Amino acid sequence: MIRVQREDFDPGAELAAFAPGNARVGGICLFLGLVRDFVGDQPGGTAVRGMTLEHYPGMTERQLEAIEAEARRRWPLDEVLVIHRYGALAPAERIVLVATASAHREAAFQSCHFLIDWLKTKAPFWKLEHTAAGDSWVEARDSDQALAERWGAGDA
Amino acid sequence: MKVLYFAWLKGKTGIGEEEVTPPAEVADVAALVAWLKTRSPGHAAALDDLRAVRVAVNQDHVGLDAPVAAGDEVAFFPPVTGG
Repeated sequence: MIRVQREDFDPGAELAAFAPGNARVGGICLFLGLVRDFVGDQPGGTAVRGMTLEHYPGMTERQLEAIEAEARRRWPLDEVLVIHRYGALAPAERIVLVATASAHREAAFQSCHFLIDWLKTKAPFWKLEHTAAGDSWVEARDSDQALAERWGAGDA
Repeated sequence: MKVLYFAWLKGKTGIGEEEVTPPAEVADVAALVAWLKTRSPGHAAALDDLRAVRVAVNQDHVGLDAPVAAGDEVAFFPPVTGG
């Protein structure tokens, strides 16, 4: 299931409601992405006061659904949940949740990792960081591209 | 044809969305880009360096050689940075 929303979400409530009572599920993996308060790779860098996430309504859902479908082709998954927020976000706020449920942990771990890696290079979101020096669009990282490419190509 | 611009491309064109009717010989993304750049200095600036621009036709990622036709939705944006 894909949800693209402005509002915050409760990870505990989402986890409790994820695959409840499904005795085929032996493991759940959950990734939670948060807003950092510094620019770039090094803590202590330029302070980020907040960010605004822009997205492409329609294409965002379409791409996320395609990525979920690709994950389900690759691993035997009972449940998939992706929640991605957009709009104004403050440091430490939640941005994204990816959860996967499968009979065995390896499929849950791998598919969760795959989903966040592919999402970061394929889902049409753009981060505008707000700092004391002004606003700037976050540039895509080659390292994110490399992380996505290690999973190979697919239909998504 | 509907054309959309996101993130800093929208800042340069000054518009997020426009309805355009390119001439019939505009049959792929590359030709559409060349034609759009003639619309305003802002369009020319947004589409100046295509290495920094990604394209979607009808909400699927495509390359510059992808065909475009009347009725399509074509979007231009920087490499994505969600997650």
